[in-house]
Amino acid sequence: MKKHLLSIDDVTADDIAALFETAAEMHDVQRREVKKLPALRGRTIINLFFEDSTRTRSSFEIAGKWLSADVINLSAKGSSTSKGESLRDTVLTVTAMGIDGLVMRHSASGAAHQVAQWLDVPVINAGDGMHEHPTQALLDAYTLTRHLGTLEGKHVAIIGDLTHSRVFRSNIKSLAKLGARVTVVAPPTLMPSGVGPWSARAGFATSYDLDGVLAGEYGPVDAVMMLRVQKERMSGGYFPTAREYTVGYGLTRGRLAMLQPGTPILHPGPMNRGLEISPDAADAADSLILDQVSAGVAVRMAVLYHLLAGEETGA
Amino acid sequence: MSSLLIKGASLLGTTTADVLVEDGVIGFVGRAASASERVETAETVVDADGLVLLPGLVDLHTHLREPGREDAETVRTGSEAAAAGGYTSVLAMANTNPVTDTAEAAERVLDLGRAAGIVDVQPVGAVTKALEGQELAELGLMARSRAKVRVFSDDGKCVADARVMRRALEYVKAFGGVISQHSQDPSLAPHAACCHEGPISGELGLPGWPGVAEEVIVARDVMLARHTGSRVHVAHVSTAGSVEVVRWAKAQGIDVTAEVTPHHLLLTTDLLRGYDPTFKVNPPLRPQEDVEALRTALADGTIDAVATDHAPHARHDKEHAFVDAAFGMLGLETALSVVATVMGEQMDWSRIADVMSVNPARIAGLDGHGRAIAEGQPANLALIDPSASYVVDRNASLSLSRNNPWHGRTVTGRVVGTWLRGQRTFG
Repeated sequence: MKKHLLSIDDVTADDIAALFETAAEMHDVQRREVKKLPALRGRTIINLFFEDSTRTRSSFEIAGKWLSADVINLSAKGSSTSKGESLRDTVLTVTAMGIDGLVMRHSASGAAHQVAQWLDVPVINAGDGMHEHPTQALLDAYTLTRHLGTLEGKHVAIIGDLTHSRVFRSNIKSLAKLGARVTVVAPPTLMPSGVGPWSARAGFATSYDLDGVLAGEYGPVDAVMMLRVQKERMSGGYFPTAREYTVGYGLTRGRLAMLQPGTPILHPGPMNRGLEISPDAADAADSLILDQVSAGVAVRMAVLYHLLAGEETGA
Repeated sequence: MSSLLIKGASLLGTTTADVLVEDGVIGFVGRAASASERVETAETVVDADGLVLLPGLVDLHTHLREPGREDAETVRTGSEAAAAGGYTSVLAMANTNPVTDTAEAAERVLDLGRAAGIVDVQPVGAVTKALEGQELAELGLMARSRAKVRVFSDDGKCVADARVMRRALEYVKAFGGVISQHSQDPSLAPHAACCHEGPISGELGLPGWPGVAEEVIVARDVMLARHTGSRVHVAHVSTAGSVEVVRWAKAQGIDVTAEVTPHHLLLTTDLLRGYDPTFKVNPPLRPQEDVEALRTALADGTIDAVATDHAPHARHDKEHAFVDAAFGMLGLETALSVVATVMGEQMDWSRIADVMSVNPARIAGLDGHGRAIAEGQPANLALIDPSASYVVDRNASLSLSRNNPWHGRTVTGRVVGTWLRGQRTFG
């Protein structure tokens, strides 16, 4: 595996298979009474979060702690501006304390890529702006693989605010690497710019018509991934009202009935119940939303293990 | 009397001649053998065999950062960089701190330029007070000042309000002024917009700066220029659509001119894939189709001038996350080399002199620059080695800043000497 995990581009299909194998072992650890493994004892990891996060930060924190690493959470809120400290100075200061790995979340796309060029220690991207969220995509694929057996030849529909979604941008790559076919669905205003040439090159399909996709116009749907839609997008003119969005693109009770029984439903959270996902869908028997959360810890343990356990300690 | 003889240069790449400069003025052009002892007794002789002599270059669009950000550039260091690029005059943009929006501020920049004495620094005045886009700055007082300001621009920001733009265009008619517009509709391309909107911005998740945000302002402004009977200049044109509008407007007889930067003639959006803020510039780097359209438009005269938009920044202002980093890149030292490298097949040296000296001087109303290399003209000259190839090294720059997008690239055509009114300022 490469030194850093900045993007799904950094891992091959073989790397993903190796990560999933480790994750499965870690997943078993989660069910033990004593959960700690000694793998990263003596290693120090900093979770450097420039943007608010509860679930991703705590997931990484638990993952590190169960591997016996010392995990420190640093929130550097208020993204750097031209008047404040530069990003380079901030991360150099933090790493100068003598750490072995940096887990970083930033509201700006590309921030983790930039930081990795300035640092010697492995950098794990915990979400950079609208760009990527590779561990989320890995845990999504891991969850789906456990449920469906394999992703090879499966058809996954991703629905929601694609423009602003790093989850979508990472998933499109990981699902392709694992042999799945993807159709993405959004109103035209929430489709990323230039999606035409991009989708042609990357090999995914696009649609404005959720009902058509669920009815099988692009082939039977084997899994549904709903994305969070921020209500603030309405003020940006991306769609007129929450009601209209739900009618067009929500996973409503009616659309739930269009799915084949057993079709897994994913959502990276936090959910806007009633907007992009109805309670019926969120709490359905086929909803894997809580499985995603527990898989998140296992997958992040696997990532930390593969990136940090082989490294020499800073001491 | 001081005298200088430049021997055997190819004037504009066409006729080979000797050029005698006396007291800052060209005193003789021709074969030295046929001339008098004036030539034989020249104090300084430059052997220019195989070199090309051009009128000193004029940059319509330079950020010198002084006053306000002397850590990034000063009038003096910017002037040195300009001279190294073959320039004898630069127009210093108004977005300093304080803004050049009064006669006093304009005269101060003028005086800083004179004190440095390396290039003629001509201040650009702000169109609106503090570049806020609301109320007109003291355009008339700046025009009447010692700085004789004729070019006005809120560059860095667009004069977005159509009513304000209309009034500015009308008002400057009284003294032959021109509005140089930074064309960026802020509702379509807000400040965070930092990547050409298209497949690459979509993939990288960077806020898009669509070409149409430029094109709607260019289209609006040429119609306002027609309506007011005034003159508008389009700064840093970056899209094929803007070129089409300018071409159409010129065919209608509308008084519009346009400039393109060296970077928009070569660099493309793909360079943003590494999230290196060196390549963050406003307007953003565009796709290859736009680059091709800009080259064609420069060659066919639709675009009148090459202007650098030289925008120095302190290193720490570029070491932020991409969307937070400062916009802009260096350009003065490399402009001629880049233009010669990119446009060499479509434009001869005479045409390069048109777009880098003659036309910008005319647009800015600078009488002493962009003149023919002929007897009686001020000796503002740039000497070029047309076959010299070199690798750009950002650390060799005379600018105080290092945000050089050309670092590591090989270019052909190098400035080897610059003279401002007969005084050697570079080489």
